[in-house]
Amino acid sequence: MANFVSLDNLLTPTSADAMREALKASGCSSSSCGSSAGAADLPPGVWHRIKDHPCYSEEAHHYFARMHVAVAPACNIQCHYCNRKYDCANESRPGVVSEKLTPEQAMRKVVTVANEVPQLSVLGIAGHGDACYDWKKTKETFSLVSKQIPDIKLCISTNGLALLDHVDELADMNVDHVTITINTIDPEIGSRIYPWIFYKNRRFTGREASQILHERQMQALEMLAARGILTKINSVMIPGINDKHLKVVNAEVKKRGAFLHNIMPLISDPAHGTHFGLTGQRGPKHSELKALQDVCAGGANLMRHCRQCRADAVGLRGEDRGQEFTLDRLPDEITYDPSKRQAYRAVVARERSDHLAAKQDARMTLGAADSDASILVAIATKGGGRINQHFGHAKEFQVYEASSAGVVFVGHRKVDGAYCRGGFGEDAVLDNLIRTLEGIDIVLCSKIGDCPKKQLDSAGIRVSDEWAYEYIESAISTHYAREYGAAFQARRA
Amino acid sequence: MAYKIIASECTVCGACEFECPNAAISMKRDMYVIDAVKCTQCEGHYDTPQCASVCPVPDTCVLA
Repeated sequence: MANFVSLDNLLTPTSADAMREALKASGCSSSSCGSSAGAADLPPGVWHRIKDHPCYSEEAHHYFARMHVAVAPACNIQCHYCNRKYDCANESRPGVVSEKLTPEQAMRKVVTVANEVPQLSVLGIAGHGDACYDWKKTKETFSLVSKQIPDIKLCISTNGLALLDHVDELADMNVDHVTITINTIDPEIGSRIYPWIFYKNRRFTGREASQILHERQMQALEMLAARGILTKINSVMIPGINDKHLKVVNAEVKKRGAFLHNIMPLISDPAHGTHFGLTGQRGPKHSELKALQDVCAGGANLMRHCRQCRADAVGLRGEDRGQEFTLDRLPDEITYDPSKRQAYRAVVARERSDHLAAKQDARMTLGAADSDASILVAIATKGGGRINQHFGHAKEFQVYEASSAGVVFVGHRKVDGAYCRGGFGEDAVLDNLIRTLEGIDIVLCSKIGDCPKKQLDSAGIRVSDEWAYEYIESAISTHYAREYGAAFQARRA
Repeated sequence: MAYKIIASECTVCGACEFECPNAAISMKRDMYVIDAVKCTQCEGHYDTPQCASVCPVPDTCVLA
């Protein structure tokens, strides 16, 4: 599925400058999982802890990679959006995994990836069951990996039912980031999402199940906050069930100390065999999701760059290199070599300060434009914060909103069946792109062929490769100033 | 009477293995199986059989 970042050109160069050049042309798949806040918007202590975490910091996701290891298959809850029997290597969504690993196998996989992917900064256990319920395997994996790679950040994702029992151990193991999926704080709504939970050696159903889950989630959240563990809340937006209620959830989790709130769209393809998929429950549209995220933006810090990745994902968010590191490809014995990761960090430190300066310039340019226009710009990028992807290679677009107040990342849009594979001549592919790019004012990419450009133009979609390899914010601000700045206003007057 | 696992339905998540109070469930060639001699249907331990209560797939841990 990939859209692989070519790591060859990051690894071959020996000098930091050469590596830096390579980063311009490649790097991570940009912008979309975590806080959009940068250094200036967060307390220094918190920024320091999330700045290399691609799932918590939108800025970090341009540069750093995470991997998940699927060591925890057992779960203590049934959710209507999950079907545990379904598994496919071509599917990208939470809970899906192709290969279960033992803790020892997981350790070998992490070390192998760390030796080959210098961007690796985070190891997460996100199931595919529940990391806290299947606790022994989670704990053993973390302990084996930290012995080999002491500076890797550890994090878990959990439904929160068994979390309370392990908060102290998590703190002892230096697990710095915890994600709890909280879809509701109302047991009535919960009973429409969770058919049952397994708790205290029996199955609970209905409102009672959701009440127990809710109480345990809230207690765990407060305990984590008291211990200074950064806690992110994931919520699945389910139209007609919890969509209107998530605003209340947002306020409640913020009150109890959540650091980030990530509202994700329900995935409910009938082919996945989930209850929601089979009963016709739809997921939200782009516009519905964004409207809800906008409403919640004043509450807990809102995260918009989540890619809903697989439980065995490897790589920068937006790409998945999991298939390169399957069990049969792992060496029996492996020693950790920290040199590549260290070299990469030095490169990123320099690149980041450049990017920061570019962002400041962009803010000035936008402010000077002094317009009341607000536009949505879609970006084709392979990461590094730059416009560096061919239009036809984009499997997704990063969407930014630009106004005189600044450029903010607002989400990503996946392209179903990228057109370079299907052939652009097919109307279905074009229609699909038009749907994907609904509401977008202009698409910026590193290159687009004349023919597709014309076709898109006639469909009312503007695409430009004028700013190839520029920083995203620089390009958007220049475009904005040209279209809506003083000259434009003079023309209009 | 004892419980058994319908192999074609099992997702091999392993929840039943660690919930079983009799250590009657173990991995045999990539599949979990219940040792009928050790299985007590959880009588004397719990009100409901643990394997059937925790199993995510309906009708997969069933009476043999």
